[in-house]
Amino acid sequence: MTQSLSWNRKDLIDVEPLSRDEIETIFTVATAFKKAMDADNKKLPYLNGRTVVNLFLEPSTRTRLAFEVAASRLSADTITVTGDASSLTKGETLRDTARNMEALKADIIIMRHSASGAPNYLSKVVDIPVINAGDGSHAHPTQALLDAFTLLEKFGSLEGKSVTILGDILFSRVARSNIICLQKLGAKVTIAGPSTLVPKAFEAMGVTVSHQLRPALEDADAVMLLRIQHERQSATHFPSIGEYTSSFGLNKARAAWLKPGAIIMHPGPINRGVEIDSELADSAQSVILQQVTNGIVVRMAILHLCSCAHHNEAIELPY
Amino acid sequence: MADILWIQNGRVIDPANQRDAVGEVFAVDGKIVGSLSDAQKAEATVVDAKGLVVAPGLVDIHVHFRDPGQTHKEDIRSGTEAAAAGGFTSVVCMPNTSPVCDNAGTIQRIVDKIEREAVVRVYTTGCLTIGMNGEQLAPTGQLKNAGVVAVTDDGKCVQSNELMRRAVEYAKMFDLPIMDHCQDASLTKGAVMNEGEWSLKLGLRGWPKAAEDIIVARNVILAELTGAHIHMQHVSSANSVDILRRAIARGAPVSGEASPHHIEFTEAELHDYDTVYKMNPPLRTEADREALIQGLIDGTLACIATDHAPHSPTEKDQEFDAAPFGIIGLENSLASSLTTLYHSKRLGLSEVVALMTHKGADICKLDAGTLSVGASADICLFDPDEEWTVDADKFFSKSRNCPWHGKTLKGKVKATYVGGRQVYDGSTLST
Repeated sequence: MTQSLSWNRKDLIDVEPLSRDEIETIFTVATAFKKAMDADNKKLPYLNGRTVVNLFLEPSTRTRLAFEVAASRLSADTITVTGDASSLTKGETLRDTARNMEALKADIIIMRHSASGAPNYLSKVVDIPVINAGDGSHAHPTQALLDAFTLLEKFGSLEGKSVTILGDILFSRVARSNIICLQKLGAKVTIAGPSTLVPKAFEAMGVTVSHQLRPALEDADAVMLLRIQHERQSATHFPSIGEYTSSFGLNKARAAWLKPGAIIMHPGPINRGVEIDSELADSAQSVILQQVTNGIVVRMAILHLCSCAHHNEAIELPY
Repeated sequence: MADILWIQNGRVIDPANQRDAVGEVFAVDGKIVGSLSDAQKAEATVVDAKGLVVAPGLVDIHVHFRDPGQTHKEDIRSGTEAAAAGGFTSVVCMPNTSPVCDNAGTIQRIVDKIEREAVVRVYTTGCLTIGMNGEQLAPTGQLKNAGVVAVTDDGKCVQSNELMRRAVEYAKMFDLPIMDHCQDASLTKGAVMNEGEWSLKLGLRGWPKAAEDIIVARNVILAELTGAHIHMQHVSSANSVDILRRAIARGAPVSGEASPHHIEFTEAELHDYDTVYKMNPPLRTEADREALIQGLIDGTLACIATDHAPHSPTEKDQEFDAAPFGIIGLENSLASSLTTLYHSKRLGLSEVVALMTHKGADICKLDAGTLSVGASADICLFDPDEEWTVDADKFFSKSRNCPWHGKTLKGKVKATYVGGRQVYDGSTLST
C-alpha cells in the first residue's frame, strides 16, 4: 500500500466535515475491497469478533441490506433492530436504547432515524463509532459517497463535471449530502424540480436552482433522480403525482436532451413511471444497479476506517 | 414597631418618574415614602448601595410556572425563587397549566398557592377560549373577578379570525388586555426552527416568519376594529416589528414584547441540533435580531419579557424534533439584556430598566415597576458591571434548559426586596 490513507474519525455523521483527502481515502479503501469482492471467498477479517448493530428506526431496505452485507463481508456479527422491534415504541429514549447497545458490547452502531440530527445526538451519547444511515431530511453520507464513487468510476474525475439532481430536494437527505460531496470533489451541481420542493434558498449551498427541466438536463454529465417522498410532504407541495410526472418525470424524449454519454442515477427505491420511465431505468445509460453494488464496498470502507480509528489500529488492506 | 428600609448611596433609576441620580430610597411598612423622620432613621435598616443601581423590582409579563400540573418542571415556589434571584418582583403567569386556566376555580387554586408559596408577586392570566382549544370563549368576566390581569391562549394562538374578533371585543368590556402568541398554525405544521438557509442545511422543518407576520397583521386589524388592546408576545420577525411600528403610529391599540433570547441569538446557534436553542417562536436571522433591537430602541416593542419556559432535562435530552419548545431565562435575563443592549451601547441603563419594569407593568396595568411614593417597596439592587458566568446547575428554577449556561454576562443582581423585605441577597434567598 503506497497511497497515504488519511482518516481518524470514529463516526461518520455527515459529508460536510470531510476533507477531500478523507473522501479519497474512503474511495481508495473501497476500490481495494471491490477487487477483493471478485474472489471466491468474499470475506475479509477486519471486523472479526466485532458486533455491528443496525439500528433502523425508519423503514429501509436497500441501505439496511447493504450495511448488513458490508458488515458480514468484514466478518462482523450483525444485529438488526428496527423501529417496531425496539423499545422506543415502549417509551424508551434514544439515549437509553443506545447505551444499552453499548452495554451489550456492540462495537459500531449504524443508525437510520426519521429525525434530522439524531446521529449527531447519538454520537455524543455513546463512545463507540456511529455511522449515519440517513437522518430525516438532513444527511445520508454513505449514499452520497457511493454515488460519487460510482461517478468517479465512470468519469475518472469530477472536476468541472455537471451533475443535476432532479426531484424532491427539500425533503431529501440524499440531495443534501450529494450537493456537499459532489462540490467537494469539484463538480458543478444543479438542482431541479418544482419550486415548492426546490426552493431558491438552496442557492446558499452553492448550487444552481432550476425549475425548468430542459436547461437542467442539457448541461448535465449525470442526472440523479430522486423519489417523491410523499411520506414527508404535506399535500400542499404539489398537485399530484401525475402532474409531477408530466412536468418533471424523466422519459425518453427528455432524456434525449442529455449529452451523449451522460448517465442516469437513482438512489432507489425507484418508482417506475413516476420520476423515471421504466425503459430508461433499465437502459445502458442507467447505473442504478452499479450504485447498489458500490454501496457495499463504500460502506465496508467506512466501517473499516471508523473501526480502525476507534481502536487506533493501522488501516490494513487486502493486497 | 414599623418596618423601615433606608437604601443609601446607590444610583437610583426609576424611569417612570424620570429619576436617574445617586440618592436614597426609603420604605416604611412595605411602601415607598419620600423621606424618613429622624426617629424613623434611627431605627431603619440601612443598606449601603454604593456602586449599585437601585431600580424598581423587575417585572416580567410572560412566564410559565407549570403549576398546577407539571410541577416536575417548575412550581410557584421554585419559579418565584428563580424570579427573586433574577431581580424580578412581579411576574405574570401564562394559563397553559394542567388543567388550563379557563375557569375561576383553577385561578382560585393558583391564587391560594401563590399566597402560601410565592416569594415574589405573581399575577395570573386566563385563557381566551375553553381548553385553549380556540373554539368557544372562556368565561372572561369570571376570570377577571378571580384576579386575572390579561387573557391569552398563549402557545395556542386562536386560529379563527371570527372567534378572535369576538374574544377581544368581549375582553375589552372587562378592560383586560389580550396577549397573543402570534402563530398561524397552518404554516408551521411539524416546523421546529426558522425557515431559511439553516433549516435547509440542517434538514429541519422550517417555520416561516410569515406565520407570525400574518397573525400580527390580523391582530392589528382586529384591534383597530374593536378598540381592544392586543399585545403581541415575543415578537421574533423584522416584518412583524414593521407592521407594529406603523400600526402604533396610526394609534392602533397594540403593543409588543421582545424576549432576551431573540435579541441575543440567531438561528445559527442550532448548527449542532442543541435542543437548548429550540424555542417557539424560533430564533431568526441577524436581520431580525437587529430589527427587534431597533424596535426596543424606538419604542415599537414596549418591553422585554422572558417567556421563562421550564422543561426537565430528560424532556430536552432527545432528538431535536422530539424535544419540547422553550427555554428558561428569569435568573439571567437582566444580565443578558444589559449585555446585549447596554454594554453594547445600544440603549442607556435607564432605558433597559424601563423595558424590564414599568413598561411591562403598564401593559397589564399592574401596580408595579416604579419607586413612586406610595408604591410597594419592590426593589432590585444590581451591579451593572459585574461579570459572572451563568451556571444553570445553580439555578433556583427546577429546570436547566438555559442557553446562557456557561456564558459570561455583565450585570449582577445583588439584592431583591418585595414589600420592603429582602428576599434575595445576591447569593441566597431569605425565607
